[in-house]
Amino acid sequence: MSPRRLWILASGALALLVAASLATGAARIAPGDPMAALVLSVSRIPRTLAAILTGAALAVAGVVMQQILRNRFVEPATAGTPEAAAAGLLAVTILAPHAPIWAKMGVAALSALAGAVLLAALIRRLPPREIFLVPLTGIVLSGVIGAGVTFIGWQTDLMQYVSVWLMSGEFSGVIAGRYELLWIAGAAAALAWFAADRFAILALGPEAATALGLHPRTVVRLGLGVVALVTAMVVVTVGMVPFVGLIVPNLVSRVMGDNLRASLPVVAMGGAIMVLGSDLIGRLLIHPYEIPAGTILGVTGAAGFLAMLWWRPRDAS
Amino acid sequence: MTATGIEISGLRHAIRGTEILAPATLTIPAGRITALIGPNGAGKSTLSRLIARIEPPPAGTVAVNGLDVATTRTGRLARELAFLGQHTTLASRLRVRELVAFGRWPHCHGRPGPEDHAAVARALDDFDLAPLAGRFLDTLSGGQAQRAHLAMAVAQQTPWLILDEPLNNLDLAHARALMAHLARLRDGGGSILVVLHDLNFAAAWADNVVAMKAGRVIAEGPPAAVLTEDRLSALYDTEIRVGSHGGRPLVLHHL
Repeated sequence: MSPRRLWILASGALALLVAASLATGAARIAPGDPMAALVLSVSRIPRTLAAILTGAALAVAGVVMQQILRNRFVEPATAGTPEAAAAGLLAVTILAPHAPIWAKMGVAALSALAGAVLLAALIRRLPPREIFLVPLTGIVLSGVIGAGVTFIGWQTDLMQYVSVWLMSGEFSGVIAGRYELLWIAGAAAALAWFAADRFAILALGPEAATALGLHPRTVVRLGLGVVALVTAMVVVTVGMVPFVGLIVPNLVSRVMGDNLRASLPVVAMGGAIMVLGSDLIGRLLIHPYEIPAGTILGVTGAAGFLAMLWWRPRDAS
Repeated sequence: MTATGIEISGLRHAIRGTEILAPATLTIPAGRITALIGPNGAGKSTLSRLIARIEPPPAGTVAVNGLDVATTRTGRLARELAFLGQHTTLASRLRVRELVAFGRWPHCHGRPGPEDHAAVARALDDFDLAPLAGRFLDTLSGGQAQRAHLAMAVAQQTPWLILDEPLNNLDLAHARALMAHLARLRDGGGSILVVLHDLNFAAAWADNVVAMKAGRVIAEGPPAAVLTEDRLSALYDTEIRVGSHGGRPLVLHHL
């Protein structure tokens, strides 16, 4: 498939999904109905935007993490970053329950950053040829931090919050006024696009990046910042969504390669399609009840990941 | 007139107390091909990496064409010297053309102009890569990938080119073509420092040879002066005979 056809296909699919998402919900709306405008502006448009922003930002964050850690099989959702964000949120909820929302977000972003930095430090000594050690380390780290968060959540009777952050991400609670933090995640992903060449050069290795006049550490910091910001905003707003940051970047890379400046917009679109599509399936399967998008993604994503491992890319361009 | 050449003064390097490079003071002349030779572990790669500011040195200074590599902005240095190391395994999937185009990053920062496109096209041609330009690097052989990395370094079009064992993976035709290309760059005013394992490539193509052993520079000069039976036998701790061909030394290390 040529990149051009991929673009057309992706845009078409996203447009269809947006239309379907706006038309689907528990409330019946008809053209001309005065309630229709309200339902759309308060509920359906925000929900659709939230799913698009979440998917796009998580997919881009996945690419960024894969480039800076130089490993294809790592993504924020399985690297301990969401658990680290939740740990920060939990701490601020316990210690300063009346802190303003921006302060809580800031703490979540900073602790997500600490989690990402910790992972980067942990994997530095791993042998580079053992590619599965990096994702495994991420899973171990997320298990350890997650266990700590769960323990403290039990002790402080805050498990309800914790499960919202870390269990399957879902969009049924999204209404106008309750999703806007996701724009920050979207902005962070856009920032990543501006630094796309730097991330691509960093993936050539620190030696080649230095020779081309980059400061590898600065680029790594920028990338970890993007990953942390995206993860924290998603965790806070809709809860963590699995597999998007893993499957979409790998599929796009197989078709287009890793020239990020060209591929990141397609990655973002693919992530949006995957999350919005999953949310739509979740809304339709047991209509008018709902299955969380994260649950749908957990099932389809696992199948997709296995397919990805088995399906080898063709060699020629 | 600014200072040309690479001025190395008191440069040393150690890893966890083990001395890799003894304090070295050395001038590598501009406008020449300088070959860095020596047995395994002599510190050749370390020296080339320190010059190319890949690692910061614990002591000593290096100046490339008058620019102190410790204090000059790395973006500026990337327009003065290009470096290709031995670790060129890629984690990402790039096409040959995209990799070579990254060699223009120090000049265009991602906004290539006509001269950047021209430099990339020329580097692709120079290394026989035009037919492979659209291929992903992970589909190439080791030698083809090595040529792509060399093309990236050459596309950088810097006054200095520093190559650490560039002949790795290259077949003999491409190895010779690379050395001929370096000679053309030199004839056009370029300066080259190249770590070589095969002494006969140094004998045939270098203007200047620096021999290292156990972290020390032990000889320096034109090939005929450095590549002698006595010096090479001492350098490699094994008897090496040297003949002559076309007025240059011919090292008979395989006999």
